[in-house]
Amino acid sequence: MESLTNRKKVVSNKPMTFIEKLYLPAIFSGMFITLKHMFKKKKTIKYPEETRVFAPVYRGQHVLKRDEQGRENCTACGLCAVACPAEAITMVANERKKGEEHLYREEKYAETYEINMLRCIFCGLCEEACPKEAIFLTDRIVPTEFERGEFIYGKDILVESIEERIDISKRQNTGKRGVV
Amino acid sequence: MVKVTIDNIEVEVEQGTTILNAARQIGGEVVPPAMCYYSKLPGSGGKCRTCLVEVAAGSSADPRPMPKLVASCSTPVMDGMIVKNKTSDRVHENRGGVVEFLLANHPLDCPVCDQAGECHLQDLGYEHGSQKSRYEEEKRTFEPIDIGDTIKLHMNRCILCYRCVHVADNLTENRVHGVLNRGEQAEISTYIENAIDNDFSGNMIDVCPVGALTDKTFRFKSRVWFLKPMEAERSCNKCSGKAVLWMFGNEIYRVTARKDKYGEVEDIDGKPGWICNDCRFENKEVSKWKILGPRVIDRHSVISQGKYETKIETSTKKIN
Repeated sequence: MESLTNRKKVVSNKPMTFIEKLYLPAIFSGMFITLKHMFKKKKTIKYPEETRVFAPVYRGQHVLKRDEQGRENCTACGLCAVACPAEAITMVANERKKGEEHLYREEKYAETYEINMLRCIFCGLCEEACPKEAIFLTDRIVPTEFERGEFIYGKDILVESIEERIDISKRQNTGKRGVV
Repeated sequence: MVKVTIDNIEVEVEQGTTILNAARQIGGEVVPPAMCYYSKLPGSGGKCRTCLVEVAAGSSADPRPMPKLVASCSTPVMDGMIVKNKTSDRVHENRGGVVEFLLANHPLDCPVCDQAGECHLQDLGYEHGSQKSRYEEEKRTFEPIDIGDTIKLHMNRCILCYRCVHVADNLTENRVHGVLNRGEQAEISTYIENAIDNDFSGNMIDVCPVGALTDKTFRFKSRVWFLKPMEAERSCNKCSGKAVLWMFGNEIYRVTARKDKYGEVEDIDGKPGWICNDCRFENKEVSKWKILGPRVIDRHSVISQGKYETKIETSTKKIN
């Protein structure tokens, strides 16, 4: 049959010559390539002492944001969990009591919020689904652990601290929802 | 019998049927949305204006078009009437305006609201609402109040459809709640925050098209799209005992009446299938119910999101 794309290579079975059978020229040309790379700039870096610069839209470890007054944005609406294709997110909602207005922005809040980092595929659909600009992926790498259980991140890890805010202003999904 | 044409589809209905019910006999896309009309509640309808349709010809005797759009839930059909709903741009434009008015004071707190996912206002807003509000004034706000120990009233979300008032009128002689004040100040309330303790008061939750009346025993427990609706029954001496259990795993989170595709309770043995408060609030143990099987839910509904099992079960049910 005639090839339609003409991209296939025909394998030749011709026997090797005496020089080729010695393998030496091939070895030397291979060693020369290796030697050449010793004088080139290194492609690797010494992580974790050195880190690479990430794009501002890199999808790494999640953060649950607080607003300007330090109240948690998340209202446990569950849209991230329903959008998540890896079923990594789970949460339990609770009602805000009187006197907790400085902690949570709306009358409902997430009492527990867990992301299973082993399930997470860092697709960013949770960030896209969030109607409250509460969850964002950041340019931080999820650290490695020795135990599986430690990969289930609760609110203690996910919620940003009031003093050390995490800058998400360069992400694509910030400010997408105007004031209604 | 009279002949009426709705969106170029001819249907023969009985004299005195409203345009909305004639459209429901056709079914599908020609049915106008209804926020306040509820076929099981006599006297309801004519308030929300979302069901407005254009009448291109009044009747075969007088084929002049009606000058204004009419509320299809309260306008009876005439022989030879030609109605336009989906096919009329005017209707679409006006409905968008009505939705804008309904949303003018609505808090848009769907991420918090328990009704989200089964809310008719959400559907309407999705179809007709604009991205931005033009309403500059401050929205009116009320504190959420408890009416009885099982029902929470969020007056912020109420669109004053009066359905809950009609439920009380239907089920009891002495209703203790209604609409107080007028105009912008109008609100659903009980007489001096009286508790409502009728055996069937929980049906107010089912008829509410928005999240104004919600189940306090289900408050913030979960979201409807994480729950699995199961048809179930139990023997009850007050009501039919036929209900829908909203389950998460092997736990019953919420009990509601069985609702059809228009969000109205289904008829059970020829009567509207209202359920009593015992079935709704008190019996949340699986052992007290006989579970009949998963409820068939439109696969485009958010409730069937992510329920691979339910989809298979419902599709096999349809094949069988």
